[in-house]
Amino acid sequence: MSLSSGITAATLAKDIRLEWRSKDAINSMLFFALLVVVIFSFSFDPLAEDSRRIAGGLVWVAFLFAAVVALNQTWARELRNQVLDAYRVSPAPANSLFWAKALGNFTFVGVLEGLMTPLFIVFYNLRARGPAWQLIPIAVLGTWALVVNGTFFAAVSLRTRSREVMLPMLLFPVSIPALLAMVNGTTAILTGDDPAKFWIVLLATYDVVFTIGCLALFETVLHAE
Amino acid sequence: MKRAFPILAVLTAILLSYATYAALVIAPTEQTMGDVQRIFYYHVPSGWTMFLFFAVNFVASVVYLIGRNLKADAVAVAAAEIGVVFCTVVLVTGPLWARPVWGIWWTWDWRLTSTLVMWLIYVSYLMLRRFSSGGQTPLLAAALAVFGALDIPLVYFSIWFFRTQHPQPVIGDQGSIDPSMLRVLLINWAAFICFGLLVFWSRYRLEVLRQEVEESQALEALLEPGSSR
Repeated sequence: MSLSSGITAATLAKDIRLEWRSKDAINSMLFFALLVVVIFSFSFDPLAEDSRRIAGGLVWVAFLFAAVVALNQTWARELRNQVLDAYRVSPAPANSLFWAKALGNFTFVGVLEGLMTPLFIVFYNLRARGPAWQLIPIAVLGTWALVVNGTFFAAVSLRTRSREVMLPMLLFPVSIPALLAMVNGTTAILTGDDPAKFWIVLLATYDVVFTIGCLALFETVLHAE
Repeated sequence: MKRAFPILAVLTAILLSYATYAALVIAPTEQTMGDVQRIFYYHVPSGWTMFLFFAVNFVASVVYLIGRNLKADAVAVAAAEIGVVFCTVVLVTGPLWARPVWGIWWTWDWRLTSTLVMWLIYVSYLMLRRFSSGGQTPLLAAALAVFGALDIPLVYFSIWFFRTQHPQPVIGDQGSIDPSMLRVLLINWAAFICFGLLVFWSRYRLEVLRQEVEESQALEALLEPGSSR
């Protein structure tokens, strides 16, 4: 195992162990997403036909808002006891830390989606008319799109006043193409009216572009003083 | 360089007044839309100027990321602010025209939506600058500017997938624009670019002064450890 992947694995294992013992992020995300589901159900009558058309947007908005809860904790945790400063002066490559954090967030948001999806299906009587297996690439690529930029912008907003508010203000505008693709792809599959291929390709492109962008700029942002 | 500023100011004043006269009086009235069409001479040049300044912001941000030159950061912030102003002009004049012609103020059409998203991206850039403190602001902002610029093609491409209602470009091969209208349009564009450059110049100088003040304050604090500011 090379040095950088070793650091990634160690940091990722530490984050997952911390989360496993405290369950801070996952509990707050789950409860938050649950609240969104319940509150949205008051804003329209969740009949099967309507909910098919609306569910795509609803599901992803709930996941997006919930993900921000976890993303905000990503780096804030490292501020205690100056862990982040220690990391900065250590010779460890910055990008391996970024990978660890992004993969950790991906895991947490993935678990959230796994737990929340059955609830959405039950509450909104969802059944896909299109090819349901295509929801899996949309979920994986879409989650990565949110998480990779979210992890990066959480590191940016760490240096600002009122950082918890700053993260969504930076993350949401840049994420609009990805959100559009997730929502429209999911809706296309649920209603079965259109093919979702275009949206999956768009999501993959978005992921590639921004993963490269994050890796290219993360070291600069981490060392910003 | 400093002497060029009043010259540019006078040039801008002359061009802007002539361009306004040209747009309101000289340009022929459009057959179907009537006088409402004249907002075109403000809407389109603003749009082009907006793209120009956003491009300047991107280039300056990349230059800053490579060389850490504070002058490049001053260019970036000035360009972003003026780009947002012109973007706002586009977003305000568009609905004013659309209401009598389309019958609606706003539609979630390709161009309208992508311009709005671009506005959101650059407003978030300005917000970041406002909320971050100290010497790391230029760096974080430059990173965000690069992300925003990477995002714009994706925004356009994704929203393009929707049906488009916006008039197609009237300049170029398929376009059909009266030559006298085109002339007025180009005069207006020249006037808007001059105006944009004039404001940009003042904003840039203000930003450089602000950097100098900050630097000398930091230096003072270093030299006199006893007096904390």
